[in-house]
Amino acid sequence: MTTPLLEMRNISIHFGGIKAVDDVSIDVMPGEVVGLLGHNGAGKSTLIKILSGAYKKDAGEIYVDGKKVEINSPRDARTHNIETIYQTLALSDNLDAASNLFLGREIVTKFGLVDDTKMESESRKIMARLNPNFKRFNEPVRSLSGGQRQSVAIARAVYFNARILIMDEPTAALGVHETAMVADLIKELKAQGLGIFLISHDTREMMELCDRVSVMKNGQLIGTERVEDVTEDDILSMIIMGKNPKREAATA
Amino acid sequence: MGAGLGKFIRTLQLDTRLLGMIGAFLLIALVFNVATGGTFLTPRNIFNLTLQTASVAVMATGMVFIIVTRNIDLSIGSMVGVIGMVMGLVQAFWLPEIVGFGSPVIWIVTVIIGVALGVAIGALQGWMVGYLMIPSFIVTLGGLLIWRGAAWWVTRGTTVSPLDPTFIKLGGASGTIGVTASWILAGVAILATVWFLIHTRRSHLSHGFAVKPLWAEYTLGAILVGAIAGITAVINAYEVPTRVLQRRFQREGLEMPEGYTEAYGFPISVLIVIGIAIAMTIVARKTRFGRYVFAMGGNPDAAELSGINTKMLTVKVFALMGGLAAVAAVIASARLASAGNDLGTLDELRVIAAAVIGGTALAGGVGTIYGALLGAFIMQSLVSGMGMVGVDAPFQNIIVGAVLILAVWVDIVYRRRTGDA
Repeated sequence: MTTPLLEMRNISIHFGGIKAVDDVSIDVMPGEVVGLLGHNGAGKSTLIKILSGAYKKDAGEIYVDGKKVEINSPRDARTHNIETIYQTLALSDNLDAASNLFLGREIVTKFGLVDDTKMESESRKIMARLNPNFKRFNEPVRSLSGGQRQSVAIARAVYFNARILIMDEPTAALGVHETAMVADLIKELKAQGLGIFLISHDTREMMELCDRVSVMKNGQLIGTERVEDVTEDDILSMIIMGKNPKREAATA
Repeated sequence: MGAGLGKFIRTLQLDTRLLGMIGAFLLIALVFNVATGGTFLTPRNIFNLTLQTASVAVMATGMVFIIVTRNIDLSIGSMVGVIGMVMGLVQAFWLPEIVGFGSPVIWIVTVIIGVALGVAIGALQGWMVGYLMIPSFIVTLGGLLIWRGAAWWVTRGTTVSPLDPTFIKLGGASGTIGVTASWILAGVAILATVWFLIHTRRSHLSHGFAVKPLWAEYTLGAILVGAIAGITAVINAYEVPTRVLQRRFQREGLEMPEGYTEAYGFPISVLIVIGIAIAMTIVARKTRFGRYVFAMGGNPDAAELSGINTKMLTVKVFALMGGLAAVAAVIASARLASAGNDLGTLDELRVIAAAVIGGTALAGGVGTIYGALLGAFIMQSLVSGMGMVGVDAPFQNIIVGAVLILAVWVDIVYRRRTGDA
């Protein structure tokens, strides 16, 4: 048994009196895609935001390559090569693609000034790979289409040699063609050995892209299953009923 | 024709909003020039306009950052008051006792103390906004009352004067650099502009980006060089009145040569404004700090998720505003050669109006330094133009208020048209 690339152990967080995440453990191997499923408010996004440094956990541990790490800010997460594509995309609408891509990690000249030309040039290179149709480098991202904005957010996560990638609803705002592009990208990154956490509502898409799925309900982990061991109906009943009919049957 | 002009402007990559503001400014200037029978656009009046605009212009550059980060600072007028008073005390009473009256270190130490005080007050307010999460409107509304009260309390309401003779030069009214130095500075500015244009083009070419056609670069260069030379020529055309020169020669016991003339050249305060404007533009566009200011204004959550400490950034932005308010206090008190506790009264509103007329969006994320400067200049032109024409003070306020609302409305319509949100 190899060490997981990343492991979250017994994570809990409270907001006021509500346990948004309650003693949840998940992990991801190199080159593996782990899906997180559950209703709105099940705690998926909250769990993921703990990993990306946006929220501070109340209890639990996080391990990267088997070593315990502290993640208290988005900066900490980035230093451990954990990159996140947020559902909201988290773009500054008034800035252009390159400024967003390098936000918080600008390339600077030897005088310490931001090197816009260099950053635009790097942005063009990565975009040529991710979305060759992307041409609008000198406009604020607010004027871009949903798909183009999505590709900026993805480029930002991929550019900085992510090892662990978190994708929160990466295809929710996309058309058919763009969704297929994202699916291809996930497969490519997986082949490169990244560990990917994928959040989606689309169970079929998850069955196709993921190696394992973890289902959450009311802040708790219902179970983690290999996709080949379960049917779409099993997963749906885990999401809705909070239990896995096959497991129930096996233990009964 | 209209389409041709539009294409011309696009090829030059000029900011249409900037062109609009320059157009508005020229219109105002021409109308007043006709109404005053040609005295509005004289070198003397333009010189005075720049002097009167200086302190508001300095603060307007900082207000751009404040408003871009979705905050407001209502306390700056009062900060000018209290910092002006403290600097007055320092240079008129404290320092002369330590280093002797008229010592050349007085003005430097005074300015350092003033700026330090401004930064400290600004940082304190920024800390309350960023870390205690009190809305900036409330923090600085409180500040408006507190610092104005403090300004009074420092000297129990008495005006401090006279100020240090070197310090007074910073106000520009009695501190100008003369014709030769003005032309030398203009020359340096022209060289820097040309170097910048060439450097930008080379850098873009080296990365294989599209560049403007050469004729467009030459046209843009010619416009910029022409503007620098033109402004310098106008300022240098304002000559010292013959009577003033005669008196100076008499004082030195000399005979004034026949036909001798001398011009003032750039006021020191205006040079301070230009220096700060250049520095703030570089900060806004070319530093991480500036990038983060705009990122936070565009989307505070995104900025935070990108690892930017938005709380600390808020402290820094307010501290910078405080430092600039101190510079404005230097210019304002030096120009008047005295520090009264009403110094800077209502400046916060002039500064906010300047920034907003200059295209800074109160929703955050959008604003330029040059826009704020032009906004300040447009405001001051309106006020002094109306004064020269003889418009009564109450009507002046009515008109300035109406222009502010009109300017913002035009800006909203413009943004909607261009899809610039």
